[in-house]
Amino acid sequence: MSPRRTPAPPPGELRDSLPFPKAAKIELANVQQRANLRHATHTIRAKRAQVVGELDDWEALRTAGAQIKDRVLRNLDDYLEQLEASLTAAGATVHWARDAEEANRIVIDLVRATGQDEVVKVKSMATQEIELNEALERAGIAAWETDLAELIVQLGHDRPSHILVPAIHRNRSEVREIFLEEMGTYGEAAPPDLDDEPAHLAAASRSHLREKFLRAKVAVSGANFAVAETGTLVVVESEGNGRMCLTLPETLISVVGIEKIVPTVEDLEVYLQLLPRSSTGERMNPYTSMWTGTTPGDGPQDVHVVLLDNGRTTALADEVGRKALRCIRCSACLNICPVYERVGGHAYGSVYPGPIGAILTPQLRGLGSKVDRSLPFASSLCGACYDVCPVKIPIPELLVHLRHKVVQEKAAHHEVHAETAAMKATSWIFADSRRMEAALKLPSFGGKVLRGRLNHFGPLPYPASLWTTARDVPVPPSESFRDWWARERGGQR
Amino acid sequence: MSDARPAAGLRVALFATCVNDTMFPGTPIATLRLLERLGAQVEFPTQQTCCGQIFTNTGYYDDALPSVRTYVEAFEDYDYIVGPSGSCVGSVRDQHPILARYAKNPALEQAVARTSARTYDLTELLVDVIGVTDVGAYFPHRVTYHPTCHSLRITRVGDRPYRLLKEVRGMTLIDLPAADECCGFGGTFSMKNSDTSVAMASDKARNVSSTGAEYVVAGDNSCLLNIGGVLDRQRAGVQAIHLAEVLAHTEEDAS
Ligand code: SF4
Repeated sequence: MSPRRTPAPPPGELRDSLPFPKAAKIELANVQQRANLRHATHTIRAKRAQVVGELDDWEALRTAGAQIKDRVLRNLDDYLEQLEASLTAAGATVHWARDAEEANRIVIDLVRATGQDEVVKVKSMATQEIELNEALERAGIAAWETDLAELIVQLGHDRPSHILVPAIHRNRSEVREIFLEEMGTYGEAAPPDLDDEPAHLAAASRSHLREKFLRAKVAVSGANFAVAETGTLVVVESEGNGRMCLTLPETLISVVGIEKIVPTVEDLEVYLQLLPRSSTGERMNPYTSMWTGTTPGDGPQDVHVVLLDNGRTTALADEVGRKALRCIRCSACLNICPVYERVGGHAYGSVYPGPIGAILTPQLRGLGSKVDRSLPFASSLCGACYDVCPVKIPIPELLVHLRHKVVQEKAAHHEVHAETAAMKATSWIFADSRRMEAALKLPSFGGKVLRGRLNHFGPLPYPASLWTTARDVPVPPSESFRDWWARERGGQR
Repeated sequence: MSDARPAAGLRVALFATCVNDTMFPGTPIATLRLLERLGAQVEFPTQQTCCGQIFTNTGYYDDALPSVRTYVEAFEDYDYIVGPSGSCVGSVRDQHPILARYAKNPALEQAVARTSARTYDLTELLVDVIGVTDVGAYFPHRVTYHPTCHSLRITRVGDRPYRLLKEVRGMTLIDLPAADECCGFGGTFSMKNSDTSVAMASDKARNVSSTGAEYVVAGDNSCLLNIGGVLDRQRAGVQAIHLAEVLAHTEEDAS
């Protein structure tokens, strides 16, 4: 086997990750990561709240953002054909990919046809989702991430932990170490006296990347939006590195999820207000690149678009679940999430972490793996995500909907366990208040014996230990409300 | 002489909620005394059991449906139903319609539409229906208020609890840092993801302790069970108490 061209990511398949509660327990113990995440999420939350507060019509924009996407999803077949026609008319070549494997094969074949053995990459969630970099590596093609945070992750032999800020779990001294140790192996080395000043770190990455930009003949990107009417693709970014990739190479291959469509250029007005304010907390992002097929003498002359399904049509078939396909990947739900803030992105075992990951990943990948079945439960249903979502995805409602699907899936496989039995028994009791009264009289309810001697339980054995390891619990009262009512107000209903 | 009290002539059904009924009877008793003091006629339909959210939120829709039916039967005759729990009221209003649709039972859907629309959080009933913010309460303590996620973002009670608390005589209300962040309870989340839940509860407890309050007040005993559980374990010297119990408390109780 020939040696690797690019840094190896951690071993193992994401789908085989530990179930969320177990993974979270490990992440919670990472003190450095928790401090990094607390600082980063709180900073961006405050920025977002401020710029969103500036707009009087924010709620109307959110509603428009949701409705436009809903219209696209209802008529996706028509819009996809329209997009294909307009892309083709503008000089682009359209490819259709049913799943990750097909998409990766298409990209590999396109790169091979150019005779090149490396590509530069614009930050893209779709290519993360299909794990394109590793597929290219196996085909002998080196894929270089050019977004600063993606570069940190790639050089760090790491996985992204956030949609927008993939290296959010790292602080600058960790970044300095990664640059010093790894850059030289894969291109221009970092200056040996590099310190952890953000400006110096950025300068090191700039000169490391510049060499790759100037050499590259092929670029791979995703797209934030694809305009059906005109065939225009849109990439929204902060650094300008994306624009280098989109303009310098001769061949440009974009992998685009089929839900990225907006009907017309006018619709971008809504999303280009919603997205930067929700994601980076900026009024407008520094670079918005748009391209429509090819333009003679200007930019890439060989333009390809790979339209990716990879589970999206399955999600579309579920009328509740499909609302997750409105997502514009702004990350606001991650930044506000109290669970994400504490455990970070790696615990989700998916390229989509946080609340959106918990509702999207199990739909795209199905409920076959333990981690995917655990994701809909990775939330306290506090609802903060819904309030910040710029396209009004009712995330808590979708979480509960997917929990129901997990329960159905388990029932279909005749997995009857303690929880199923307990739910059945309690349901039977709550079906009739007389049963509830009888249950309260059982000695196992516990209060009568213990009351008077103590008023709190300390640590108790499993499964109560799940609660009492860190929390006391009050001893049940000697009299329920309904007994009190019967005694005090006997005759009344 | 006619009754001049603000809730005179109002007939209200008390939805105690299963957790309060069995674990925290002091809360429905306080709700009852408070509403009666304001002149309301309060009834407790004894066929009631639970809102069903423990089943719904864990994904057991079929097991939730008996509770939905019981709720409808217990409360269908009332124009005003009040529950001292933002979470259970939120479940009745948001989840009962979803469950009735899931059951493909149009009669149940119609019945649920009526009971859901008539179900109020205690603070909504007081401020919007009865029209009071000064309920005559007296609570001479330093207090901080945790707004609870479901009161904030499902029932959306807004500033009603603060308006009620501000009128309580003798009380010092101290702002809770990061008040709108979840305490980590989340029903079965607190067991299924107990490590994450405890991490969240610890942060909440730390914020509560930092205020120097004697009492942490909330509209939901489940959240208070969680926050209070950590505070008690730490022997922090802060007691958890339901909003209804604070509002029911008067000078006579104190003497
Ligand atoms: S679900 Fe909403 S808030 Fe979360 S990333 Fe997508 S668009 Fe943003």
